[in-house]
Amino acid sequence: MILAATGPEIAFWGFAVVAGIAGFFVVGSRNVVHAALYLVGVLGSVGAIYIVLGAEFVGWVQILIYVGAIVVLLLFGIMLTKAPIGGVALDNNQRPVAFIVAATTFGGLTWIIWRTFGGTRIRLSPTRTAQIGNSLFTHFVLPFEAVSVLLLAALVGAIVLARRD
Amino acid sequence: MIDGIDVLIMVIKVLVVFGFLLVSVLLTIWAERRIVALMQQRIGPNRVGPFGVLQGLADGIKLFFKEDVTPTNVDRSVYFLAPVAALLPAFLAFAVVPVGRGFHIGHRVITLHLVDLNVGILFFLAMGSLMVYGIVLAGWSSGSTYPLLGAVRSTAQMISYEIGMGLSVVSVVLWSGTLSTSGIVDAQSGTWFGFVPRWFIIPQLPALVMFLLGGLAETNRAPFDLPEAETELVGGYHTEYTGIKFAMFFLAEYLHVITTSALVVTLFLGGWRGPNILPFLGPLLFVGYFLAKLGLVIFLFMWARATIPRIRYDRLMHLGWKVLIPASLVWTMITAAMVVLPQEVNRTTLIVVVGIVFEVALIVWLARLTTTALRRGRLRRGDSHVV
Repeated sequence: MILAATGPEIAFWGFAVVAGIAGFFVVGSRNVVHAALYLVGVLGSVGAIYIVLGAEFVGWVQILIYVGAIVVLLLFGIMLTKAPIGGVALDNNQRPVAFIVAATTFGGLTWIIWRTFGGTRIRLSPTRTAQIGNSLFTHFVLPFEAVSVLLLAALVGAIVLARRD
Repeated sequence: MIDGIDVLIMVIKVLVVFGFLLVSVLLTIWAERRIVALMQQRIGPNRVGPFGVLQGLADGIKLFFKEDVTPTNVDRSVYFLAPVAALLPAFLAFAVVPVGRGFHIGHRVITLHLVDLNVGILFFLAMGSLMVYGIVLAGWSSGSTYPLLGAVRSTAQMISYEIGMGLSVVSVVLWSGTLSTSGIVDAQSGTWFGFVPRWFIIPQLPALVMFLLGGLAETNRAPFDLPEAETELVGGYHTEYTGIKFAMFFLAEYLHVITTSALVVTLFLGGWRGPNILPFLGPLLFVGYFLAKLGLVIFLFMWARATIPRIRYDRLMHLGWKVLIPASLVWTMITAAMVVLPQEVNRTTLIVVVGIVFEVALIVWLARLTTTALRRGRLRRGDSHVV
């Protein structure tokens, strides 16, 4: 298996390991800003994995939106609010519950992906942006619209929470 | 497949682009100081080298050998990471800009393009959004008030204007039908009536104006240089940085100006395209066209800095969210509608006419906003006779 590893496979495992380690540090770090930076590592590696798998568009959008906008907003929020940064333990006594939830999610996802794809090997081919657009507006139009409504609801919710009057 | 010579060509290209960017930053700094000085009836730097052209180099050497002070209150790892985080995306963004026509050496095609990504524009926007990190991290890790305020301002500004800028790029992408930078340059080949070049500045003029506005704000340049407003914030996010680390921020800022200008050239001014009037020069002529257009756009940036006063922070946010974003959304919708029009309609003529109307409406709207704001300000100050 390891002897037969090709370039993309090596890259995939490299980024996967980086994402995993960085993810560990996101929850382990005591400094909120450092945790956010490790999150950049996680999301950036995921974006790189998309690119390795031939989904250039999705990969760069991942970096543009998640790394370039969402984590920046996160940092912005941390800087604006005077939340305790670093030094203070950020734990509460819900560690066991959090562990159970995380382990169940991880196990469930692993099981589903294993059941669906198992040992099938996927031939990598670059996905063209037009293909993504077409499938988004034909096969996946309902989930796409549902996500839009969800985002709109979140937007309205944020405004309601932020308004003082 | 890829062999040794391809790798060698790639390495040479990377080195050439790297060198070109460094030299052009030095030249841009010098040119800006001279041009702004001329516009303000000063002389500007004229001591180092002919016409002071080596001033940037001298400043760079000076900064390199200066003592590098690290304040005690900083978050060390992030403090060291921040200048690198600012510089890296600024360099990388240039990779997708095509600078000239490809040519043959033997059977090999040499493209004047570092990487020709299918989604080049997206890559450029992603790098632009990563630029914020250098500033945010510098401001936060300095552990000091002014840098933090500068960083907060800058983040808000860059996030806001990124949206308007991205939307104006979307309309160009819709019009050309491709996300690749070389594809967009190819879509601008040819002429109308035999002499008007088919550059996107003509059908996409409103997008160009909005892109330039967003670009000025993204690069933190005057009149949108609030993140480093000297009169208010000492120096902004880089107040606590000295020596080589400060130089890296400086370099990153000018690199950002150059890459943004290069994208303006690629998206709106036909990239490296131009009439082949001197065929014996071969590909060099087109690189020359690219450099000339690049210089012109960089000059626009300097001109704006020398003539327009810094705008107030709330006005900046107002302009970004309530003018630029709605206007670019409307323009994107108009362009999308034009693209799906039936073939019989001459959509180019139509979009040029609509574009002019749109542009005039935008200017009138901006003028109204400005005059009402001014009138309110005068009323508040009590000198109502001016109204």
